[in-house]
Order: sequence, then C-alpha cells, then structure tokens
Amino acid sequence: MKRPLLTAATVACAMTTGAMSLNVYANEEYKLGLVTFLSGAASGPFGIPAKNAADLVIDAINDGTLPAPIEGKGIDGRMITPVYVDEAGGATKQTSEFRNLVERDGVDAVVGYISSGDCLAIPAVAEELKMLTVLFDCGTPRVFEEADYEYVFRTHSTASMDNIAAARYVHENVPNLESVAGINQNYSWGHDSWRDFTETLKVLRGGDIEITTEQFPKLFAGQYGAEISALQVNSADVIHTSFWGGDTDAFVLQAAARGLLADNQVIFTAGETALNSLGEHLPDGAIIGARGPFGPFAPESELNTWFQTEFTERFGTPPTFPAYHMAHALIGLKLAQDKAGVGASTEEVITAFEGLEFDGPGGRVEMSRGKGHQAATEMVYGRLKRVDGEITFTDITRYPADCVNPPEGAETVEWIKAGMPGAECN
Amino acid sequence: MKQLLAILVDGSVYASWLFIISAGLTLIYGVMRILNMSHGSFYALGAYSGAAMVGWYFSTGSVPWFSFVALIAAALVAGISVGLLVERGLLRFMYGRDEVVMILVTYGVLLIMEDAIKLIWGVEPYFAYQPYTLLGRTKFAGLSFANYDFMLIGVSILIGLALWYGLNRTRNGKLLRVVIHDREIASALGINVARIFTITFLIGAGIGSLAGALTAPGLSVVPGMGIEVIVLAFAVVVIGGLGSITGALVGALIVGMSRAAAVHLYPDVELFVIYAVMGLVLAFRPQGLFAVANARKI
Repeated sequence: MKRPLLTAATVACAMTTGAMSLNVYANEEYKLGLVTFLSGAASGPFGIPAKNAADLVIDAINDGTLPAPIEGKGIDGRMITPVYVDEAGGATKQTSEFRNLVERDGVDAVVGYISSGDCLAIPAVAEELKMLTVLFDCGTPRVFEEADYEYVFRTHSTASMDNIAAARYVHENVPNLESVAGINQNYSWGHDSWRDFTETLKVLRGGDIEITTEQFPKLFAGQYGAEISALQVNSADVIHTSFWGGDTDAFVLQAAARGLLADNQVIFTAGETALNSLGEHLPDGAIIGARGPFGPFAPESELNTWFQTEFTERFGTPPTFPAYHMAHALIGLKLAQDKAGVGASTEEVITAFEGLEFDGPGGRVEMSRGKGHQAATEMVYGRLKRVDGEITFTDITRYPADCVNPPEGAETVEWIKAGMPGAECN
Repeated sequence: MKQLLAILVDGSVYASWLFIISAGLTLIYGVMRILNMSHGSFYALGAYSGAAMVGWYFSTGSVPWFSFVALIAAALVAGISVGLLVERGLLRFMYGRDEVVMILVTYGVLLIMEDAIKLIWGVEPYFAYQPYTLLGRTKFAGLSFANYDFMLIGVSILIGLALWYGLNRTRNGKLLRVVIHDREIASALGINVARIFTITFLIGAGIGSLAGALTAPGLSVVPGMGIEVIVLAFAVVVIGGLGSITGALVGALIVGMSRAAAVHLYPDVELFVIYAVMGLVLAFRPQGLFAVANARKI
C-alpha cells in the first residue's frame, strides 16, 4: 500500500515540478532586438512601416491571435519583448549597436537591417557572437553569394529577383522594345539593379537592346531636373528605375510635372511604396513592382486579409513591402523556434530554420538558397490602371521563385550571363 | 542643340535652388563669422511648416493660387521665430568665441532642431505638391519643363537683387557692411553690433526656411532632408568665398552648370564634378573666388 502511495506522490511531485518549470519558462521573455530606421530619410517610407508591422505581429504572436496556420502564444511559449534600435548612422555604428544588443541587452535574436551596407557588415559580427540574426529588408545578393553564414538568415529574395523579373516583364509586355534608359541611385543598390536588369534583357533579346542613357544621381539627391531632361533628350522605349522611398516620391512628382511619366513607359521596381501617397501622379500603364508578392500583389489568404485589415485599422495606411518583409521575418523566426521545440538551443533553432518553408501574408517563402539561409519567393509586376478613380492593376504577371532567382550556389551575374540555365518560368 | 538648351535650363534651375539655400548661410558667415551648421535645419523647418500649411490650406477647399502665399508665409514665420529663439536664447551668449566653437554650438542646434522637427511632425513623409503642378509646364524644342522651376529662377533673382539693394543702397545695409569690414571699429563708432547680428541671423534663417518651403512641393518632406543639402550649400559658399553674396551666386552657377553638363554628357562623374570644381577653386584661391584674404589680427 505504501509503494503505490509513494509512486503517486513521486509522479505528482514530478508533474508539479514539470508544470512549474514549463510555467516558469512560459513566464520568461523572449528578448528580440529589432533594428530599423527610426530617423533619417529612410525612416518614413521604410523604417516606420516595418516597425509598425513588428508592433502588430509581435502583439498578435504574444496574444496567439495570428491566423492559421500559425499557432501558439509567443515564441515557444515565451512572450516577445522588443528592443528597438535606430538603424541610422552607418555600418560602423550598427556593428557597435549589434554588440550592445547581444552583450548589454542580452537579446535572444535580432531581426533587422534595411541598408545593404549594414547587411554586409552585420553577419560577421553575428557569427562571432553566435547570435541568431534575421535580415528583414536589404536587397544585396552579396550577403550569401560571397560567404556562408551559420547564424544569419534572410527571409526575402534579393534585389536580383526584382530586376530579372523586370527585364522579363518588359521583354514580354512592351511591344517593339528596342531601347532602355535607366535612372538609379549612385550606390550598390542602384548599380546592381541596373546591371541585373540590362544583362537579363541582353540575354533575353540576344544582345539586341540599345541603352540610351544611364543616370546615377546621388542617394537622397531630391532634385532630378537634369536627369529628367537627359531622359527626355535620350528617349527610350522603357525607363527603368529602382529608386525607393523619398527618392521615388521626388522623381515621381518632378517627372510627372514635366510629362515624362505620361510620355514614356516607366518601370518602378520598388514603386509600390509611392502608391498610397502619390498614386494620383502615376499614369495608367506605369509598371509597378513591390519587391515581391506584397501590397496589391499579395496572394489572397486569411493571413494576408488579417495583416492588411489590422495594419490599416491600426496605422491608418495599408502595409507596404517593408511591412511585409518584417512580418515574414518575425513569422519565420517564430516558426523556426517553435519547430525546434521548447528550450531548444540556438543551434537547434538554426537547424530548424534551414530550408524552412512557410506561408506569410505575402505568400510562400522557401529558405532554399544560401544553404537554407536565404529565401526565394515569387515576383510580381503589373500595370497601373484606374477604375472609377481607384488604383488597380492589369497585365499582372507572377514569376515563380525558380524563374527569377539564381539557383542554389549560383552567382547572380554569372548565372544571368550564362543564359539563366535551369530557370523554371512555367 | 537640344542638349545644350537642356544643360542651360537645368543648370540655371539647379543654380537658383542652390543660391536660395546658400545665400542665408553666406550672409550669416559674412556678418557674424558663424559657419551656421543649423542652416540645414532651418531649411527643413521651412519645408515642414510650408508643407503642413499647404496640406491644411487645401483641406479647407480654398482658392488654390493662394497656396503660394500660405507656403511662403508659414516658412517665414517659422524660420524667423525659431531664428529669434536660437539667436537670443543661445548664440548671443557665445559671440566672440572661436569659429570652431561656434561650429560645434550650431551643430548642437542642428541636432536639437532635427529632433524637435521629428517630435512635431513625426517621421512620416509630408507632401505639398499642389503648388508644383498648379503652374503647369512649358514645352519647347522637344523638351518639357515645369513652370514652377522657372518660378524658382525668378525668386532667386529677386532674393539676389533684394540682398544687393539692401546691402548697397540702404542705410542699414551700409551699417551692416561696416560690421562685416571690422566689427570692433563698428562698435567703437556707436553701431549697435548686437542688433545687426540679430537682424542678420533672422534674415539668414528666414531665407534658409524659405528655400525649404520652395523646395517642398517638388519632393516628399522627410526627416534628415536638411542634412543632405547643407553639404551642397557649403560647397557653393566655399567656391564663391565664405561671406560673399556675389560669391554664393557665382558658386551656385558654377556648381549648377557643371552638374547639369555632367548629367547630360558624362553621367558617371555627376557626383564627383561638384567637389572636383570645389577642389580646383580651393587649389588656386583657398579663400574662394570672391572672398578677400584677411591678414590675421594679433
């Protein structure tokens, strides 16, 4: 009689202790470093929408109210406590801030970085400090093409996808295409975007494409009068621009006032952020990209409906692609942590994250490049068309991930120049 | 021919914009010997206050043409009010200090104003595009130009003429020139130097603010916009000679034309050309084109 009692007491004690330890774990916080532009020219169009998305998604994760298929409260039961850091100040400052997040604040993971310069500087520090880091918005393909990282992930495609898809789109949708002109910012983003666009176009057209002018104004120049004149003097069938944020706004305002947008076919690879604020200045027929299947191009799903509705209600404006990028990074991190299980080590979470496939509000994300650390997604372009004054899109073309992203292990420029072998576009 | 025309027009428009930004900066330096780092913040202040006022004005459904008055008035009121606060509340206690100290002081003002702007207007972009599109565009020789940009040329000429007239043809202007020439002698002659300083700073801040307001309709008004232009403004006044209004005008023209020519003929050197010109001028005239080299007083 004594033995069953002892056993029952032992079991009860173990259960209580187990429950208590789980409870203790559930009460623990998951400190998450969040780095985005909170000041400077990139904060309005990029940093703040991303922060807003982080606030929205973190609240939903903590409350367990994210729509299916995402389940559970918090990250492996722990409530997320965000620690925000302003990305302004350059790569040197950001590496110091990253060390502060890890060594002073003791964060469990870091999600951040819009600037490609920061995305190239941070991974080496993340590896040194063994800190799980998710790059959420930067576009440079160099991160995983030039090195392998164990602790670093990126949950959206590189900028190469935007421009390879842009070249395919104009090749397929602009009749009698013979010439292109470009206006892109004078740093790696602008130069890489223009290079990928023109090289892809050369491959698709067997070299039969004329470049009338290549303009590279300074980042945040704000005044594009001379460049607009140069685009008018050196007229082309298509004008390509990868301008983003305030530069897109200024270019749209000035080019529209001078009739450039009405008289020419322009493709804005990252123009979606201007739709809410300056949509009335964009003429019908303008080709718009959103750096992925985001905003007006996001696929219909319960998760996307929730994201769009809640974001718009809470912040008074629909989510743009930086907001989607942030949502995908947070959801990817949560799913990897949950998959690894309660109490998993960072290395176990990394194993769970590698090659992960999940659905975010912007559709399917496949961590299929960069040895499972770099995402590939589909890319979408469409032509703006007003219906009863409302902005809609026509001629929408969706390019599968394997059509516009270089395959695993391939270097973007070499892959394009080789004729994009293995691209699956059907 | 078409390209040459484009270079001339684009260069003139850009030069006008640069002159409006730099005129206040060089005036303050000429009179007060303060290299005003916060000039960019006055530019941003003018852009924000002008954009906010235009946004409010159009929301009332009022006559569109008066939006120009709203734009300029808001910027001038904001620029002069904050200028008065900065000069009376801070700078006057620092007069006579080393120029480097004044750079640090005005840099501090810049940081405070940048954050104050964010506190007031937030970080979301502001738009005031209505005045930019209201004036329409002009087509000639196969090119199309915004009439608003031609208006900028007119405004810069007006500001240049007003400054020239004020400095050369009015009693206060002559007093101001005495202060520029030698503030100690001016003080000994009974000129109220402190008052001249206040008025000069207010005019400089007002012009800086006006520059921001006139720029706002052509772009989105965002945090940090003042810091972007201050570097260009410094390049212009250094080329022309610190403290010289004529120098600012010539410097703006040189930079404007050089940049426009580069954009049309050699786009790759667009960024480089401004600073190449500045380096070239400084190599031969370290004091700038129109500044007079002064012997150091011991």
